[in-house]
Amino acid sequence: MTADDGDDGAADVDDEEVRHVASLARVDLEEAEVERFAAQFADILEYFEALEEVPDVDADAELTNVMRPDEVREGLTQEEALRNAPETEDGYFVGPRVS
Amino acid sequence: MSDVFITEAEIEPTGSGPLDGVTVAVKDNISTDGVRTTCGSAMLADYVPPYDATVVERLTEAGATVVGKTNMDEFGMGTTTETSAFGPTENPTAPGRVPGGSSGGSAAAVAAGEVDLALGSDTGGSVRCPAAFCGVVGIKPTYGLVSRYGLVAYANSLEQIGPLAPTVEAAAGALDVMAGVDDRDATTREPPTEASYADAADGDVEGLTVGVATELLEGADEGVRECFEDALEELREQGATTETVSLPSVETAVQAYYVIAMSEASSNLARFDGVRYGPATETDGDWNDAFAAVREEGFGEEVKRRVLLGTYALSAGYHDKYYEQAQDARAWVKQDFDSAFEDVDVLASPTMPVPPFELGESLDDPLQMYLADANTVPVNLANLPAISVPAGETAEGPVGLQLVGPAFGEETLVRAGSALA
Repeated sequence: MTADDGDDGAADVDDEEVRHVASLARVDLEEAEVERFAAQFADILEYFEALEEVPDVDADAELTNVMRPDEVREGLTQEEALRNAPETEDGYFVGPRVS
Repeated sequence: MSDVFITEAEIEPTGSGPLDGVTVAVKDNISTDGVRTTCGSAMLADYVPPYDATVVERLTEAGATVVGKTNMDEFGMGTTTETSAFGPTENPTAPGRVPGGSSGGSAAAVAAGEVDLALGSDTGGSVRCPAAFCGVVGIKPTYGLVSRYGLVAYANSLEQIGPLAPTVEAAAGALDVMAGVDDRDATTREPPTEASYADAADGDVEGLTVGVATELLEGADEGVRECFEDALEELREQGATTETVSLPSVETAVQAYYVIAMSEASSNLARFDGVRYGPATETDGDWNDAFAAVREEGFGEEVKRRVLLGTYALSAGYHDKYYEQAQDARAWVKQDFDSAFEDVDVLASPTMPVPPFELGESLDDPLQMYLADANTVPVNLANLPAISVPAGETAEGPVGLQLVGPAFGEETLVRAGSALA
């Protein structure tokens, strides 16, 4: 499946593609999940193909900037911000190693 | 403990007002200071927010007591409340069946008489679907009428917090308290009138023009259709007129909705990495491995499915094909509804095309479940207000009638809805 194979649709999703997207999204999957998702994604992406038929619409979003003065105000305390972390040290979050 | 609550609590009123003595159930994706807020997910099983959502602040200031946090589809992703990591909720008015979703616990709490009022959130029908399935009233406000501050985000551009109650008047009274500008949510606006929504619940539909979109009736189950036709007849007997309208854009609304909601979800749920909150996991690898491990453990299957499909739709090479086209489809829906409101005051349809599913019935086939949202998702795509009111029952359970109005037209919806409930 590639971005421009519009002719034969998106009905073809293999396990490798599911694993690739899962790695982009940082979600480990079990083997059974990979297989289920491959079949389901094929159905769902094929259904999304109908979006090809949408006509061009001339629409201007009504957007207004909402500004406020940049003033210091009370926020969470350090203790509150750290309260839900599984691991903290010296007032910091502990994260996994980066490499 | 009843299966409508994930956590029972007692958050006392902080003030006195129109909700004195009223008990409220709050969906578990709306933050409550010091009371755990799980979003129906193992990822947040132990998460205790350090602040209240604006809506919780406003309800307790107006005299309400919050008695619990209600069960829901995980992060709002579902139509049955069965994707909750805390187990399903049974529909109190249709035994053996689901209460709808994703705000299923909130609707069930109201239907069972456990609370006077409940809060849900509606991203693609998550207030209106359970309201319809449980035979109660649910309002999805116009985008921007109610603050989303403290609502754990699933798809920001689509969602609003809305009230569920036994009557239109009670739901409208809650909306009066919840609505209005909040400087912590820059998308909020003041309601267009000073008048109270509750006061509009006078049932006066004399001269009201109700449009019936053929496209939103086509897929409806026969029993649902009969209830819907009876409710329309009731409106006509009270002085409303009905006319057929066409909304061709709704034919691609479900596709557009799911592409946009999944895309936004894939971005919003990136924050759940097990560092600031989430379960502790042990891995030997680097941060990529650690995040992937905690997200496998913390997310259920429907959440993974949506995060992955959203990631796919936004990935290089597919962005234009899915996400951009979905935005065009969204603009088309908005234009279609806007032009319908040049001729009619409100649009009516069955809220759900089907009666409540049996518990377990729809878990295997995600696409079938998505299709059940056909009548509710166009409203979120168009940023419009809608109300679901009870419209009779089939042998399988309650049926809801959905009324959709122009942006900030809640007063008209309350007036029209109160002619039926």
